[in-house]
Amino acid sequence: MPDETASVQTATAPPSKAMKAVISCDALQALIAALAADYLVLGPTVRDGAIVYEEISDLSQLPAGWKDKQDAGKYRLERREDDAIFGFAVGPHSWKRFLHPPVETLWTGRRDNDGFSIAPAAGEPRKFAFIGVRSCELHAIAIQDKVFIGSPYADVGYRARRQDAFIVAVNCAEAGGTCFCASMETGPEAKNGFDLVLTELLGEARHDFLVDVGSDAGAALLGRLPHRSASDADVAAKAAIIAQTRARMGRALETDGIKELLQSSPNHQRWDDVAARCLTCGNCTMVCPTCFCTTVEDHSDLTGNTAERVRKWDSCFTLDFSYIHGGSVRETGSSRYRQWITHKLANWIDQFGTSGCVGCGRCITWCPLGIDITEEAAAIRANPMTAAGGQHEGT
Amino acid sequence: MKGLERILREHAFFAGFPEDQIALVAGCARNHRFDAGQYLFREGEPANEFFLIRHGKVALDIASPGQPPIVMSTLEPGEIVGASWLVPPYRWTFDARAVELVRAIGIDAACLRGKCEADHHLGYEMMKRFAPILVKRLHATRLQVLNVYGKR
Amino acid sequence: MFTESAEMARMPPAASGDPFVPRIYCVDRIRRELSDTVTLEITPSQGPRPRYAPGQFNMLYAFGVGEVAISISGDCADDRTFVHTVRDVGAASRAITSLDVGAAIGVRGPFGTAWPVTDAEGSDIVIVAGGLGLAPLRPAIYHVLANRSRYGRIAILFGTRHPQDMLYRDELAAWRRNLDISVEVTVDHADRDWRGNVGVVPALIARASFDPHDTVALVCGPEIMMRFAVNALRDAGVAPDHIHLSMERNMKCAIGLCGHCQFGPQFVCKDGPVMRFDRIASLFAVREI
Repeated sequence: MPDETASVQTATAPPSKAMKAVISCDALQALIAALAADYLVLGPTVRDGAIVYEEISDLSQLPAGWKDKQDAGKYRLERREDDAIFGFAVGPHSWKRFLHPPVETLWTGRRDNDGFSIAPAAGEPRKFAFIGVRSCELHAIAIQDKVFIGSPYADVGYRARRQDAFIVAVNCAEAGGTCFCASMETGPEAKNGFDLVLTELLGEARHDFLVDVGSDAGAALLGRLPHRSASDADVAAKAAIIAQTRARMGRALETDGIKELLQSSPNHQRWDDVAARCLTCGNCTMVCPTCFCTTVEDHSDLTGNTAERVRKWDSCFTLDFSYIHGGSVRETGSSRYRQWITHKLANWIDQFGTSGCVGCGRCITWCPLGIDITEEAAAIRANPMTAAGGQHEGT
Repeated sequence: MKGLERILREHAFFAGFPEDQIALVAGCARNHRFDAGQYLFREGEPANEFFLIRHGKVALDIASPGQPPIVMSTLEPGEIVGASWLVPPYRWTFDARAVELVRAIGIDAACLRGKCEADHHLGYEMMKRFAPILVKRLHATRLQVLNVYGKR
Repeated sequence: MFTESAEMARMPPAASGDPFVPRIYCVDRIRRELSDTVTLEITPSQGPRPRYAPGQFNMLYAFGVGEVAISISGDCADDRTFVHTVRDVGAASRAITSLDVGAAIGVRGPFGTAWPVTDAEGSDIVIVAGGLGLAPLRPAIYHVLANRSRYGRIAILFGTRHPQDMLYRDELAAWRRNLDISVEVTVDHADRDWRGNVGVVPALIARASFDPHDTVALVCGPEIMMRFAVNALRDAGVAPDHIHLSMERNMKCAIGLCGHCQFGPQFVCKDGPVMRFDRIASLFAVREI
């Protein structure tokens, strides 16, 4: 929209992927409005004492002036001294609830004269635009892409939702008390996987956003917003914010050799120690932005003539998860925690070429007992098993 | 006797057994033939002989009142029948029955025990052969009692 | 990393498009094998039946009840039907074993890795089956018998609980009459009417004649039985990378997306069910893995 851009200092060339721009809060409102024309716009908002991801249409719905105080098993919203819109870390929601929904109908079957017939589920009508995606979450989305699109059998629904999604990321200015993205090399700076990324620049007399462009679609949208070129000072301010966040990580996880460490520790006594605390509630898997496991149920109507195949999030902490005829493979809590953390930090690397952990800290914050993945991994490392779990045969 | 020595040497149980000691064992050995249905020994009888199967199949049975006998195991040529002769009070704890024509070498238990006692090298060679068989049979028995093929 | 041989290469899915949507098949024939076990022959209601390799499995769907992973137990040379031997052990398998001739059944597949029957050419073959584990091995048996000259000695070693529980009894008898292969059956328990072997499969392995340095072993059965069988094969001198096992875990999606069937880093649905022993040796005896 030339009439809008004309009123601000602007580059003569249209925005490109290399461009760095600065926009105001008003322009952020314009961004939301522009996206709403084509997308279901989803962003952070305060509900029930937590920052969650919901449909938003107005800048005022974003959690301006709030921060989240997080520690193992603890989450509390507090007022900030300033009006920062993105001055928090992450809440219980992650974007997987939209790309990989908690409940999804795969198809519907109907009885007919020949037996039954199957109709695929109606596709999702709306494209998603995500506002405020953190670097750890970009990595989580990239990891789920490998799971759902990278294998020979792609998840058709996920692929469609993912391809259509527009992503506005945010560089973190605050590190949460349970954050450890720096040690997972998944943050705090968003480097790719977005259309636009914002860095909130907040000072005595300013409330702006530095915008980096990650895609042509992002560049095109930026071109429609009032913006000016970023100055060297703006770019330096962004670097300082990221450096400060990196320095304030609440936690760290040593990843060196973690795959071999966990894969060689199936009988470590620490698993019993965790199991004594773990409720096997599965909260960690529900809040985890990469946990992808699902189950499928048949939902029949009362006549029995219609059946829906419904896919739901599942958790490796349930007994049913590993059920084979006669019983569950993983009966004990220790084996289920071992499965989760070994899969997340070790087996995932064999399966998908990447760790399954992005260091977002949600599993630590939302564990009712405050079980800490970084602490458990460190405990295994501190007391490694002497030999790899080979075959053991007694008489 | 030379014939028995040769037969012993060819039996899988004695593969690689020291030559001089084969002769000692042969001194306690004799040939047997059991027709189908005949018993090599019965439960409760003194275990005064053990057998190396040369030909045919032997079933180890155990009987319970009011029920047909249960076959616990079958043994084939190359295998041995009986371990109770090694351990006091030297009594059989099951029946050994020839399923078909069985040819076997019987080794007199008291004779062999005496020679093993007198010559510990011989005794140790015998133990080295028996221990793995007993362990394997123990493993097999465990697998059997687990009833792995049934519904859980 | 699990696809270096022709058989290991995954077969294309039955239906193009959404891999979660089954195709409709029709039950052509039913054969009752055991009191709780039937064999179904099913054909697609439309279009050709997809190709499969011995050892692969399908997801069978009973309308309104659910889906269950069942290995294919027919002859690959028959290009018309899928043959599945199903034991009634749960809601879905009960519904499937209760189907009548003419009934409709949903099928996704075939999925998973196959027995290495081509790689094994030129070698002795030892097929070790326990209980219902004979069903996933039957396509491999058909294949090696149909291509007898390509293999060395062939031994089929089968263990089951009781003579009455013997799967494919008539076929086993027919294979036994084939003097060119060795077929040994053993049971855990028998009364005196049983003239065959009593004992466990490892005892059959110890007695079987094969060249341990040039043998490919295919093993399927309850996991405990497979652990014992692997020990016996290794005692006999068979190398770990010549032993192949068909593993069982909870398979829900069959395409590596649902996470249920994980066995260490492997997904049994796509990295298995047939796995080479050396690749899973460190996990094989780990509890609750």
